[in-house]
Amino acid sequence: MATVSYVSHAGEETTVEVAPGTSIMRGALNNSVSGIYAECGGETMCATCHVYVDPASADAFPPVGEDEDEMLEATACDRESTSRLSCGLVITEAHDRIVVRMPECQR
Amino acid sequence: MSETAEHVVVVGGGHAGVQTALSLRERGWAGRVTVLSADHEPPYERPPLSKGWLKGAVEDDGLAFRPAATYAEQGIEVRTGVRVERIERTAREVRWAAGSLRYDHLVLALGARPRRLPVTGADLIGVHALHTHSDALALRAALDRARSVVVIGAGFIGLEVAAEARRRGCDVVVVEAGERVMQRALTPLMSSFFADRHRAAGADLAHGVVAAELLGRDGRVTGVRLSDGRRVPADLVVTGIGVEPNCDLAREAGLHCDDGVVVDEHLRTGDPRISAIGDCASFPVDQRRIRLESVQNAVDQARLVAARLTGEPRAYREVPWFWTDQHGGKLQMAGLTADSDTHVVVGSVDDARFTVLCWRAGVFVGGESVNRPGDHITVRRLLADGVPLDPAAAAAPGFELKTHLRHALGAAA
Ligand SMILES: Cc1cc2nc3c(=O)[nH]c(=O)nc-3n(C[C@H](O)[C@H](O)[C@H](O)COP(=O)(O)OP(=O)(O)OC[C@H]3O[C@@H](n4cnc5c(N)ncnc54)[C@H](O)[C@@H]3O)c2cc1C
Ligand code: FES
Repeated sequence: MATVSYVSHAGEETTVEVAPGTSIMRGALNNSVSGIYAECGGETMCATCHVYVDPASADAFPPVGEDEDEMLEATACDRESTSRLSCGLVITEAHDRIVVRMPECQR
Repeated sequence: MSETAEHVVVVGGGHAGVQTALSLRERGWAGRVTVLSADHEPPYERPPLSKGWLKGAVEDDGLAFRPAATYAEQGIEVRTGVRVERIERTAREVRWAAGSLRYDHLVLALGARPRRLPVTGADLIGVHALHTHSDALALRAALDRARSVVVIGAGFIGLEVAAEARRRGCDVVVVEAGERVMQRALTPLMSSFFADRHRAAGADLAHGVVAAELLGRDGRVTGVRLSDGRRVPADLVVTGIGVEPNCDLAREAGLHCDDGVVVDEHLRTGDPRISAIGDCASFPVDQRRIRLESVQNAVDQARLVAARLTGEPRAYREVPWFWTDQHGGKLQMAGLTADSDTHVVVGSVDDARFTVLCWRAGVFVGGESVNRPGDHITVRRLLADGVPLDPAAAAAPGFELKTHLRHALGAAA
């Protein structure tokens, strides 16, 4: 289990436990954390699961993939150096605490 | 803050129905919310059934929209196994075999059902359609044993299944009545790109023919006789010849139906207390009516109805988009491109990384992208923001969609 904190655009923080094998995107939906649309259900097709990973957690995940990179270039809210598509950020046994911020909008 | 409705009853536990309930709660709806679903399973996603799940890459519990507990936590009552049989509009009540429920606002999110093959032999063992989770379980088990597969209908679902059957090493014949694959949704260029891909993977595509009869022995399918007389052996036949909207419930209640439950731009039926959304709804776009079968449409229409019921009415104008994945070709479509008349290709068809940009009567109407997800997202944003695009500019060397969007947004700011 990892502890994942989702910080809304307004600054509100929701902290939940997310099991290994579950993505940050699913973790949000499963716990009714709003701010992630995930229209494609996690198939890297929609770019509506954009998050900013807290710099402290930045190295916790594999680097940005090719498709992800292209899609991040066109997200509704501007890409930052910490931008990721959260459906590809899967929690593993190695994770302890992760913090992500939500963009103002997904579309 | 809201219309006077207090109990929202949603009929249908698919993408549209469930999203309505979730969005109502997200927007602070304080009244009661009930979702009635004829399905026996808790609400689940359909797209993976012909993609990742069929391959075995997605687990069963990865199909659920939300963990079952979420609905209760959100104050959403989901009742599965309830097939509504009647709407009593004067009493404002829905009725089924074992019960009834009063509504203040009713949302019909009834979905669609696969069209049945109108030929002899359609009920033989080994003939499958793919629409529900139980269909998918049966199809996957059949694929595990199949050696020769005939897919009838070269639409999205049929071709996704054809690709998976080839991947598993089956002989595959795809039978399509029309001239090209995915004809209803795609430009000719994109159809031929995907037809080539299926052929290169070893599938046989038969165009301009239909299945005249399904042949069988001892109640089990053994092959298909085509309208040109050919007999194709098969131990598995998959039909993917489109769906019909579920509108009986609405029609019997006296609501207007015409290839779907007819709604206005606010997705209201002729009865202001009844909305219809998703695959079952026929809604106005420009001067015509359309009905779309996509998650995007189901979810966006659900959000719009939830917004109206919580006091923020708006007309439905979302950009349609859709995706499919066949033989490693990830196709994403934005806008309504099938009847476009002018096309410009950016990227490289040979490398299977390109986008077909589409215009109709001089207006930019959308794009179809293969393995160019950035283009796809950009086209959606161009359409959503109404950014014009000129075919000549798009055809110029060095044209970049991203730059075009950035300039347009920069100029607007
Ligand atoms: C195999 C497959 C693959 C797909 N792939 C994609 C894809 O890649 N991308 C995409 O965008 N779309 C895809 N789609 C289409 C997408 O799944 C649908 O557009 C979407 O599910 C529509 O949602 P809906 O809620 O309108 O209808 P549905 O999901 O069909 O839900 C309708 C619900 O209504 C219930 N119902 C019907 N009548 C009654 C009644 N009388 N009483 C109670 N309940 C009732 C049904 O049981 C069901 O729960 C796919 C569909 C299938 C079948
Ligand atoms: S959920 Fe669609 S890209 Fe992540």
